[in-house]
Amino acid sequence: MNIVVCMKPVPDPRRWGKLKLDPRTMLLRRDEVPAVINPLDRNAIEQAVALRAAGPGTVTVISMAPREAEEQLAEALAMGCDRAYLLSDAAFAGADSLATARCLAAAIRRLGDVDLVCCGSYSLDGSTSQVGPQIAELLDIPDLTHVTALSLQGGTLRARCATEGGETVYECELPALVTFDKEVNVPRTASMTGIMRAVSAGVTCWTAADLGLSPAEVGLGGSPTQMLNIFTPPAARKGEMLEGSPSQMAAALVAKLGLRRHAS
Amino acid sequence: MDFDLPREVRLVRRAVREFADATVAPLVEQMEQRDEFPATLARSLGDLGVLGLVTPAEYGGSNLGHLARTVAVEEVSRVSAAVGISLQVHHMATAALGEFGSDAQKAKYLPALCRGDSLGTCAITEPTGGSDLLGMTSTARAVGDGYVLNGRKCFITNCHLSEAVVTVAKTGEGPKGISAFIVEKGTPGFAAGRHEHKLGLRGADTGELVFRDCHVPRENLLGNEGDGMTIALKTIGEGGRPGMAATSLGILQACYDESVRFAKERTLYGRPIAQLQAIQWGVAEIFAELQASRWLCYHASWLKDSGRDCGVESTLAKMYVSEAAVNAAKKAVEIHGACGAMMEYAVQRLFRDAMVCVSAGGTTEIGKLVVARAALA
Ligand SMILES: Cc1cc2nc3c(=O)[nH]c(=O)nc-3n(C[C@H](O)[C@H](O)[C@H](O)COP(=O)(O)OP(=O)(O)OC[C@H]3O[C@@H](n4cnc5c(N)ncnc54)[C@H](O)[C@@H]3O)c2cc1C
Ligand SMILES: Cc1cc2nc3c(=O)[nH]c(=O)nc-3n(C[C@H](O)[C@H](O)[C@H](O)COP(=O)(O)OP(=O)(O)OC[C@H]3O[C@@H](n4cnc5c(N)ncnc54)[C@H](O)[C@@H]3O)c2cc1C
Repeated sequence: MNIVVCMKPVPDPRRWGKLKLDPRTMLLRRDEVPAVINPLDRNAIEQAVALRAAGPGTVTVISMAPREAEEQLAEALAMGCDRAYLLSDAAFAGADSLATARCLAAAIRRLGDVDLVCCGSYSLDGSTSQVGPQIAELLDIPDLTHVTALSLQGGTLRARCATEGGETVYECELPALVTFDKEVNVPRTASMTGIMRAVSAGVTCWTAADLGLSPAEVGLGGSPTQMLNIFTPPAARKGEMLEGSPSQMAAALVAKLGLRRHAS
Repeated sequence: MDFDLPREVRLVRRAVREFADATVAPLVEQMEQRDEFPATLARSLGDLGVLGLVTPAEYGGSNLGHLARTVAVEEVSRVSAAVGISLQVHHMATAALGEFGSDAQKAKYLPALCRGDSLGTCAITEPTGGSDLLGMTSTARAVGDGYVLNGRKCFITNCHLSEAVVTVAKTGEGPKGISAFIVEKGTPGFAAGRHEHKLGLRGADTGELVFRDCHVPRENLLGNEGDGMTIALKTIGEGGRPGMAATSLGILQACYDESVRFAKERTLYGRPIAQLQAIQWGVAEIFAELQASRWLCYHASWLKDSGRDCGVESTLAKMYVSEAAVNAAKKAVEIHGACGAMMEYAVQRLFRDAMVCVSAGGTTEIGKLVVARAALA
C-alpha cells in the first residue's frame, strides 16, 4: 500500500506570543517563531506509518513550503516515513488553498501509484480545511474528512467521521483521501534510529517545472483568493450590569440582544 | 564558526523533550516517594533509542554521537536528573564496551543494552575513595581459564538494574596492574548489595556490588590484562564527566525555567516580582551560568565527536557545570521564597539533585587538579 502524507509546517503554537503580522505585506512574520509539523499532520503520519506496517508499501511525505521545511520533513522521516519531497519554488509564494492543492496534487500524480492520501483536518495557521478536499477533487478520488477512526479491509476503507451533531461511519474504495482529527491516534515520537535513517534518506526537492505547472497555475497568479486586508480586531469590551429581579433582568437582556419575545 | 546544532541533534532534542514530558514527567513524583527506578522505564528508553546513542548500528545503536548524547541527557535531566544520571552511566558502559570490547563481547552485550533489556553500568569507585583510583583494593587473581574477583564497589549507579556490569580490579601493582572485566548477574560470588538512599537524584538506583571468590571467565576480560586504568580513565573522563555535566545542565535549565515562571506569576506590591531588580539579577545570573555551561558541554562533546582529545574540556565542563547548577538552584530556591522550601515546588528537588551531582563523576577538587595540571603543563 502506497501512502502519501501532506505535511504543512506551521509556527510552533507554544511560541505564538512572539508571532507578528507584517503590516505592509499582510503576511505572518515566521522568522522569529520556529516551525513545527502541523499537529494534525502528525496524526496523519502516525496513521500512515501504522497502516504501512501491515504490509508492503511506502509512505511518502510531501510539503509545499520554503527550504527550511526540510527540518520538519526530516522529522517526518524520523517518525517512520520512507521518502520526503519538498515542493519549493519562488513561484509558489502567495498560494491560496487552491494553488496549494494544485501543487500537492501534481506532486502526488507525479509520484504515481498512490492508494491513500493522508492530510490533517486543518492547519493551525491558515485553518481553511480546504486543501485536503481540493486535492481529492483535483485527483478525482473520494475524500473522507474529520476522521476519528480508520480501518482497512481488503481495498475498502472504513472511517468514522466527526460531524457537527455526532458522527457518521463511511466505507469507501481506494484510492482515497482522508483528513484526520486528533482523536484518531496518539502520534509517535521520532526514535533515534529513525533520526539516523532520516539523515541518510535526505529530502528531494521539486520545483514548479518538475511538477509541470505553469506560473499561471501556482502561487499568487494561480490563486483565485486575494487577501485584501488582515488585521487584529479591536478587543474593546464593555461590561454592563443589569439590575432588578431575575425576571426583570432576563427581560432586559432579551431586549438588549434584540430577541423577539415568543408567546409561551 | 557555526553555533547551530546539526539537524540530527536538533531532532534528537525535539524527540527526547517530547519523551521526557510525556513519559518521564509523570514518574517523577513516584520516584521521589519510593526512591525506585520505574520498572518499565529502561524499555521505554530503549524504544526511544537513546540507550544506543553512542553505539554503532550493527550492534543495535543509532550512533548519533556524543553531542547528541549530551543533548539527550540534558533534555531528560531537565525533567528528571535521576533518570539523566541513569542514562548517562548506561552510556559509560556502552561506550566502554564499544571502544574496548572484542567483536564477540560487543555482539553479546550491546544489542540487549540498546534495547533496554537492562541498563548498563561502570563500577569503579570503592570504599577506599573514588578520587584515589590506584588505592582500590579489589583483586582479580588469574586462574587457569579466567580470574577470581574479590572486593566491593560502592555508590554504583544502576547496580541493581544491570544484567552485566563493567568493572575494574587489581591484577598486579601500579597503573598497569589494573584490569577491566564484564561480570554477568547470576555469576556465583557476585551480588548487588545495599540500596543507598540519597539526598537527591531519588529514584536513580545507587548501591553496592560485592565480589566474593567470583569466577569470571577469561573471555570476559575487557581489553587486555593491565588495560583497566586506561579504560577507567577514558570511560570516566570522556563519558562519565561529560555525562554528569549534561545532567547538571538539565538541572540548570530547569532552574531557569522555574525561576522565570515563578517570577512572572508571583505578585507582590501589586505587580509581578519579575519587576523587582533583585529578582531580575537572580534570573540574569542563572541565565549567564546556563549559557556558559551549555557551551562548555557542547564544546567538549563536539571535540569528542571530532575525534580529538576532550579529557580536559570534559572535566572542565563537569567541574564548572555541576557547581553552576548548585548556585543556580540556590538562587532559584531563594526566588521562590518560602515556596522554594515546599515539596510541591520543583526547585527544592533541583537543589537536592544539583548537590548530589557535585561528587558523582569526580569531585570539583579532582576537576581542578586535572584542569590545573593542563593549564600549568
Ligand atoms: C491568516 C491566514 C488566512 C488565510 N486565509 C485564506 C483564505 O481565506 N483562503 C485561501 O485560499 N487561503 C488562505 N490562506 C492561505 C493558506 O494558509 C494557504 O493557502 C495554505 O496553503 C492553505 O491551507 P491551510 O493552511 O488553510 O490548510 P488546511 O486546508 O487547513 O490544511 C489541511 C491539511 O492540508 C495539508 N496542507 C495544507 N497546506 C499544505 C502545504 N503547504 N503542504 C503540504 N500539505 C499541506 C495538510 O495535511 C493540512 O493538515 C490564509 C493564510 C493565513 C495565514
Ligand atoms: C549519585 C552518585 C552516583 C555514582 N555513580 C557511580 C558509578 O556508577 N560508578 C562509579 O564507579 N562511581 C560512582 N559514583 C562515585 C563517584 O565517582 C565518587 O563519589 C567520586 O569519584 C568521589 O569519590 P568519593 O565519594 O569516594 O570521595 P573521596 O574520594 O573520598 O573524596 C572525599 C573528599 O576529598 C576530596 N579530595 C580527594 N582527593 C583530593 C585531592 N587530591 N586534592 C583535594 N581534595 C581531594 C574530594 O574532592 C572530596 O571532597 C557515584 C557517586 C554518586 C554520588
